[in-house]
Amino acid sequence: MLTEQEKQAIDEEVRHYPQPRAAVSEALKIVQRHRGWVSDAGVADVAAALGLTPDEVDSIATGYSMIFRRPVGRHVILVCDSVSCWIMGANPLFDQLRATLGVGPGETTADGRFTVLPCACLGACDRAPAVMIDDDLHTDLAPEKLGALLERYA
Amino acid sequence: MERPLTEHIRPDRAPLTLREYEQAGGYQAARQALQAPPQRVIEQVQHSRLRGRGGAGFLTGQKWSLVPPDDGRGQPKYLIVNADEMEPGTMKDRWLLEGQPHQVLEGALLGAYAIQARVVYLFLRWDYKLAARRLQQALAEAYAARLLGEHVLGTPFSLDMHLHTSAGRYMCGEETGLLNALEGRRPTPRSRPPFAVTCGLWGRPTAINNVETLCCVPHIVRRGGDWFRGLSRSPDDGGTKLYGASGRLRRPGLWELPLGTPLREVLMEHAGGPRDGHRFRGVLPGGASTDFLVEQHLDVPLDFASVEKAGSRLGTGTLIVLDDRTCPVGLVLNLTRFFARESCGWCTPCREGLPWLARALQALEDGRGTAADLDLLDAHVRTIRPGHTFCALAPGAMEPVASALKYFRADFEQHVAEHRCPWRAR
Repeated sequence: MLTEQEKQAIDEEVRHYPQPRAAVSEALKIVQRHRGWVSDAGVADVAAALGLTPDEVDSIATGYSMIFRRPVGRHVILVCDSVSCWIMGANPLFDQLRATLGVGPGETTADGRFTVLPCACLGACDRAPAVMIDDDLHTDLAPEKLGALLERYA
Repeated sequence: MERPLTEHIRPDRAPLTLREYEQAGGYQAARQALQAPPQRVIEQVQHSRLRGRGGAGFLTGQKWSLVPPDDGRGQPKYLIVNADEMEPGTMKDRWLLEGQPHQVLEGALLGAYAIQARVVYLFLRWDYKLAARRLQQALAEAYAARLLGEHVLGTPFSLDMHLHTSAGRYMCGEETGLLNALEGRRPTPRSRPPFAVTCGLWGRPTAINNVETLCCVPHIVRRGGDWFRGLSRSPDDGGTKLYGASGRLRRPGLWELPLGTPLREVLMEHAGGPRDGHRFRGVLPGGASTDFLVEQHLDVPLDFASVEKAGSRLGTGTLIVLDDRTCPVGLVLNLTRFFARESCGWCTPCREGLPWLARALQALEDGRGTAADLDLLDAHVRTIRPGHTFCALAPGAMEPVASALKYFRADFEQHVAEHRCPWRAR
C-alpha cells in the first residue's frame, strides 16, 4: 500500500501528463525515496496507482539504472566508469573503496552504510574522475580524497 | 569574440534570476516574437543555419518546418527539450542548465511558439540534481511573470512547461527512446519512419531539440540570422559552439567558440595541450560514438561538414583525448562495455554483438588475445552498420572501434604478439 505521502507525491506528478502511466518513472523514484529501494511490493503499489500491471511496471523499473530492485545501503556511491573518468583514474577509486570499505561494485557494506555501484558518464568529464554519493556530485577525485569524503555520510 | 550563450554565466555557475536574465536582455526575443507570426521564428532560425547540437546536426529550422500545422481538432503538439546529456565525454549542456536555466526556458518557449506546441517537456537526466532544482526555480519564476501558462505575456499563445527527470538510461537521450520514456514505457527505441515531427509523443507532432540548440534561438531572434551566421568560422553553418575537452590535458574544460574553430586551437590553446610527459595520439571529437581523429587532422575545423570530410562526426563537440600513455585497446574496451551495458536488448547485432566485441577486447587487454579476435573485430565493424540494427546505438559504438583499428592497428597487433597489454606492463 502506498503511504499518504507517497500517494500525494505521485498524484502531483500525474498532473503533468495526459495519461497517468507517463508518471511511472517518477512514481518509482518516489517509492524509492521513501523506502530506499523498490521491492516487488513497491512495484505492485505503483502499478495499482497508475492502472498498470506489476509486470509492466517491472519491465520499466528494470529499464532504468537508478531504480534499485534490490536493497541498497543508506548511501549509494556511484562511481563513473565511462571513458573520461577511466582515463583519469576510475579504477583506483574502485580499488580504494574495496580496500577501505571491503566492498566491490554491486555490493553493500555489512553495516548497511554504503553500496558501491558503477555508473555511466556523469557529465563532469572535465573534472574527472567523478562520483555521486546520494544526490551529491564529487569531482576531481583521487583515492586519497575518498576517506574524508565518506566521513560526511553517516 | 562574442559568446552569447555563456557570457553571462558566472564562474561558479550561480544561476541568473529572472530579473538578472532580463537585465541581460533575456525574454526580449520572446516579447518580440510573440507579436509576429510563429512562422517568422522558423524563418529566422532557417536563415541562421543553426544545426542541432545534440549530436545529429540536423538543421533546426528544417526540423521545425516539418511539423504540420494545427489540424483544427484541438489536439496538442509538443516540444521536448532533450536534456538527457549522457554521451560519454559530454558535459556541455550541464553548463547551460546549471548556469542560465532561463535561457533554456526562453529557447523552448520560442521553439514551442514556432511550431505552435502547447506543452513543453524538459527531459532532464537523473544525475543533474542541481540543474533540476534550478530549472524548477526558473519555471516558478517564469509562471509568476506570465512568461508561461495561460496567455503568455498577454498574447493568445498559452504554453505549459513541465520538468521530467529521468531514472538513468543512455537510450533516453535517443529521440524515440525518450518518447517511450516520457510516455511511461520501457526506454527502448522505435523504428522510423514515422518521425517525431509528424508522429511523436502520444502520436502527436513533436519537435525534440537539444539544450544547446535551443539556447541559440533567443539570440537568433533578437539579433537576426545574419548576425548568427557571422559568428561562425564555417562557410555553411552559423553560430558559436560549446566545445569541451577531457583526458590528460593541462586544462580540461568547456569553451564557447566560433563554430569551425580548428581542432588544434581548441586542444592546444584552450585546453593547453597534453599534460607534461604526455603526447597527443588521437581524439574522439564529439563524444564516445564518433571516429578518432589523429595527428594529421589537427588543422581540421570543428564544424559539421569539415569533420565529416575527415571521416568522423562533430557530434556533441566535446573532445575525448587519447594520450600516448593510455592504451587505445583499453579505451575502446571501456567504450564497448559502456555501449554493451546500455544496449536495450531488442536487436541481435547489438545485444549479442557488442558483448562479443567486449569479450574479444578484454582478451586482448589480458594478453589472451589472438589474430582471430582481431578478425572478429573487423567482421563486426563490417556488419554492424546503419540499416542492420534497430537504432543507431550499435553503429555508433562501432565508430571508435573501426577508427581505432584503422589508426592504432599496430597497437592491437602488439597485444597479440606480446601476449600482454604493453601499457599496463609499463
